[in-house]
Amino acid sequence: MRRSFVALTACLTLTACGGGTAGGETSGDASPAGQAASSATLTIWADQMRSATLKPFAEAFAKENGIKAEVVVVAQNQQQTFVTASQAGKGPDVLVGAHDWIGNLVQNGLIEPIQMTEDRLSGYVDVARKAVTYDGQVYGVPYAVENLALYRNTDLAPEAPKTFDDLVATGRELKEQGKVKEIVGYPVSQQNGQSGDTYHLYPLYTSGGGHLFGTKPNGDPDPADLGVGTPASVAAFEKIAALGEKGAGALKRSFTSDNSAAMFAEGKTAFLVSGPWRLADVRTAGVKYDVTPVPPFKGGGPARSFVGVQAFFVASKGRNKALAQEFVTNTLASDEVAKALFDAEPRMPALRTALEYAAAKDPDVAKFEAAAKDGVPLPAIPQMVAVWQPFNALIHSVVKGDPVEPAVKAAGKAIAEQLGQAG
Amino acid sequence: MTVTHGSGLRPGRHGSPSGSGGAASGGGGARSGAGRSRTTGPGSTAATLGRVLALGLIVGVALWAAAPLVSAGNRLGVGIVAVVTAAALYVYLSPRRLPAKYLLPTTLLLLAFQVFPVLYTMSLALTNVGDGHLGTKQEAIAAIEASSVRREAGSAEYRLTVAEQGGALVFLLADPARRRAYAGTADGLREIGGATFGPGGRVTAADGYTVLTPAQAAARGEEIGSLSVPVDGGAIRAQGLTRAYEGRATLAYDADCDCVKGGNRVWRADDEHGRFTAPDGGALPQGWKVGVGWANLTAAVTNPKINTHFLGVFAWNLFYAVAVVGLTAALGVAAALVLHHPRMRGVRIYRTLIVLPYAMPAFAMLLVWRDMFNTDFGLVNRLLGLDVDWLGTPLTARASVLLVQLWLGFPYMFLVATGALQTIPAEYLEAAQVDGASAWQRFRTITLPLLLLALAPLLVSSFAFNFNNFNGVFLVTAGGPFPSDNPTVGATDLLITYTFRLAFGQQGAQYGLASAISIYVYLIVAVISVAGFRRTRAFKEVR
Repeated sequence: MRRSFVALTACLTLTACGGGTAGGETSGDASPAGQAASSATLTIWADQMRSATLKPFAEAFAKENGIKAEVVVVAQNQQQTFVTASQAGKGPDVLVGAHDWIGNLVQNGLIEPIQMTEDRLSGYVDVARKAVTYDGQVYGVPYAVENLALYRNTDLAPEAPKTFDDLVATGRELKEQGKVKEIVGYPVSQQNGQSGDTYHLYPLYTSGGGHLFGTKPNGDPDPADLGVGTPASVAAFEKIAALGEKGAGALKRSFTSDNSAAMFAEGKTAFLVSGPWRLADVRTAGVKYDVTPVPPFKGGGPARSFVGVQAFFVASKGRNKALAQEFVTNTLASDEVAKALFDAEPRMPALRTALEYAAAKDPDVAKFEAAAKDGVPLPAIPQMVAVWQPFNALIHSVVKGDPVEPAVKAAGKAIAEQLGQAG
Repeated sequence: MTVTHGSGLRPGRHGSPSGSGGAASGGGGARSGAGRSRTTGPGSTAATLGRVLALGLIVGVALWAAAPLVSAGNRLGVGIVAVVTAAALYVYLSPRRLPAKYLLPTTLLLLAFQVFPVLYTMSLALTNVGDGHLGTKQEAIAAIEASSVRREAGSAEYRLTVAEQGGALVFLLADPARRRAYAGTADGLREIGGATFGPGGRVTAADGYTVLTPAQAAARGEEIGSLSVPVDGGAIRAQGLTRAYEGRATLAYDADCDCVKGGNRVWRADDEHGRFTAPDGGALPQGWKVGVGWANLTAAVTNPKINTHFLGVFAWNLFYAVAVVGLTAALGVAAALVLHHPRMRGVRIYRTLIVLPYAMPAFAMLLVWRDMFNTDFGLVNRLLGLDVDWLGTPLTARASVLLVQLWLGFPYMFLVATGALQTIPAEYLEAAQVDGASAWQRFRTITLPLLLLALAPLLVSSFAFNFNNFNGVFLVTAGGPFPSDNPTVGATDLLITYTFRLAFGQQGAQYGLASAISIYVYLIVAVISVAGFRRTRAFKEVR
C-alpha cells in the first residue's frame, strides 16, 4: 500500500504541473469570443496614481452605458507589458501612458488614431497637441504636460539667473562662502548612476546649439538627419565639458535625480534642475523656492527641455474599441477629468480650460508652463531607442573630462550604425 | 538562456544547478511522500480514500484545463491535456510501474520548464520577431489601413446615434449646425425627416428606426467599427458611440498585387523581411513576423559589432566568472574553516551573520551596493574618506562588481563548505597529526581534496551561473564605464549584458536576434561546463 501514497503525492505534483502546462500553452488565446457577448467590460490600464482618480469616472461611464468597467493598476514596465499582452489578446481597451510610446505602439499596430475636430484639438496647449500627433495623426488624448525647470532657493539666491553662466557664478560664490556644498543640483546621471541622463541634459545641449534629429515636413523628427557628431554638437558639448568635473565642477557624474533633489531639499545647493514631480518633495522640505525656466548659456540658443505628455490611448486589439473610443474622446477628454487628475497630482494639465483652473489654484503651474515655452516634445519615433544608450554614455565621457570631439564623433557613429543596421 | 534560470530552486546569486532545479523539486515531493507512507498501515481506508481523491483530482484538473481549450478550438492544447491525463491514469492506476511513478512528474516538469523554453527560444531565433514584427501579415495590413484613415480637413463632425432597421446597423447622423438628420448605411447616406433631437443635438428617435441603448450598441462594437458610410470622396465612420467623422483611408491593401497603395506610391510586400517596401527603399512601419531561417544565427556571428568586440568581452566575462567562483569559494571555505575550529566561540552568531547576505534579496542588495559606490554621496568613499571614482574607471568598476558578487556569493560557499567539513572524519586529521604533518600539510593533503570533492560540481554550476550573471553587472554598473571613443562596449560588460543592449537598443526589441545570441551563449556555457564536469571526475580518481 506504500505505493498508493507515492502515487498520491506524485499525482499532486503532476496535477499541478499538468494544469500549469496547459494553462501556459493556451492562456494567450483562451477567451476572445466567449466574453464579449455576455457583457462588455471596458478595461483600462493605468499607473497607481491615475487609476485611483480615473476609477469613479470609469464607473460612472459604465453605469451610464450599462456595461462594466475595470481599472487595472500596472505599476511597472507598462509599455512592454501592454505590447506583450495586446499581442496575446489579453490587453486592455484603454491605456494611460506617455506620448513617446506612440512610435513603438504604432509600429506594432497596437493603438488607434483618434479623430478630433480642429476645434477640439485647439483646446489643448500646442506642445501637447504636437506631442500626440505622429505621422500626421492624433494617437492619444493628452491630459498632462511635464517639463524641466530650474528650482531656486530664494534665501540663498534671491535673483533668478539670466544665463547658466550666471547660475554657475552664483553657485560657486555660495560654495566658496560655505553656504552650499554644490554649485547646482543637476541630474547628470540616470538613477543607476552609470550612464548619463539625456533627458535632463538636453536643455544645455540645445542651448549650446546641438540637436538630436532634424524635423520632417509633417513635424515628426527625421531620423535621416542626425545631429549628433556634427560640429554644432561638438561645440555644445565643449560648453558642457567646461562645466564638468575637469572644468567648473558644476556638473558631476555622481548627481542623480534623487540625490540632486535631496541636496536641494537640505539646502546643500541653491539650484535644482527638475520637473514638477519634485514639487511635493521641495514643499515638504520647507525650502523657500521659486521656479523659472532653465537658463540658456550666455549668448547661446534657448535651453529647450524635453516635454513629456501623458495621454490616453485606445488599444487596437481591445475587445470594445467603440466603447473605448467613446470613453477616451468624450469622458476622459473632459474638463472634469483633467481637473480631477490635477487635483490628484500637480502636473500641468494639457487642456487649456483645466490649465487655467490649475494655474489659479497653484502659481507653480504657470511657472512650469512658462518653462515649457521653448520645450520640444520628447521624440516619439521608434528610432529614439538607438539614441539613448550612446548619448547617455557620451554625456558621462564629456562630464568626466574626456576629450570632447572624439567622444561626440564616436557617439554619432554608434547612433548612425544602430539606425542603419535595422533600417 | 535567462528563461531557464527562473526555474532554479532559488533564483539567486550562487548558481544552484539551474538545469535540474525544476525537476528536482518534483522528485523531492515524491520522495517525502514515500517516507511518510511507511507509517500508515497497508490497505487502510485512508489510503484508499487518498488514492480515489488523487485520481479524481487528476481528472478534475484535466477537465478544468480542457474546457477553455475546447471552447477556443485549440486542438493541440486538448491533445496535450488528453495525452498527459492518459499517461497519468495509466501510470498511477496500477500498483506496478513504480519507476514511472517517479519519472512521470519529473519528466513532465522537465518538459514544461526546461525543454519547452529551450525549443521555444530556438524557434524564435529562426524568425524576425521583434518590435514592428510581432503579429501576422493580416494584422499588419489591418493596422496600416486603420491608421491611414484621415479626417477630411475642415469637415463637419456628426453627432452619432446607433440604431437598427430590421436587424441591420444604421448610423443616425445629426449635423448640429444645420439641425438635419441623416441615416447612414453601407449603401450610402440619405436625409430623414421626423427625427427627434435630444440634448447635444443627437437624434433620440426616428421613424422606422430602433435606437440602440448604449449597452446594445457596445455589444455590436465591432460592427460599428467596421461600418463606413460612403459619401463623396470619403466615408463617414464612427468615432466612439456618439460621434462620427468624415474621413478617407489614405492607404489600401490590394490583394492582386500584394501591395499597399496610397496616393501615387506603392509599397510591395516583402515576404522575406516581413514588411511593405517602396521602390525608394522606404518601408511602412508596421510589419509582420516571418521565418528568416538561419539569418539571425549567421548575423550574430558575422555582425561586425559583435565580432570586433567579442574577444575582449569574452575574456573579461571568463575572468569575471572564474574570479567570482574562485573568490567566493576561497572566502567561503576560509570562513567555514575558521568557524569549524573546535576552540571557536560564538559560532552560531557568526554563522548567522555570514549567511545574512545570502538571506537578503539580491536584487535590492545590488542596488544598495551601486549607490554605496557613488563618488560624492556613496557610503564607501564617505566611510573611508576617499574620493575614488569607483564605477567610473575600468579597473575600479571591475573590482567593484567582483566585490559585490563576492559579498553576495560567499555565504553560499560557506554553507556548503561548512556542511562538507562536518563529513570529513576527524581520525584522518588526527592520524596525520600523529605522523607529524603540519597544519598546512593537513589542510592541503586531507581537508582540501575532500572538500573539493563536495564543492567541485557546485563550482562548475556556479561558474555557469556567473558567466551569465546579468543582474550582477547590469544593476551595478549597467556594463559601464564606457570608453569615450566607443560608447557601445563597457568595461564590465558580460556577453549577456552586451548582447542585451545590442538586441534591444537599436530600433526596439529584436527577439529573434536576442534568441539567436542566447543560443550561442548557451553553447559557450555548455562547453565550458562539460569540460568542468570532466575535471570533477578527475578529482574522484585522485581519491
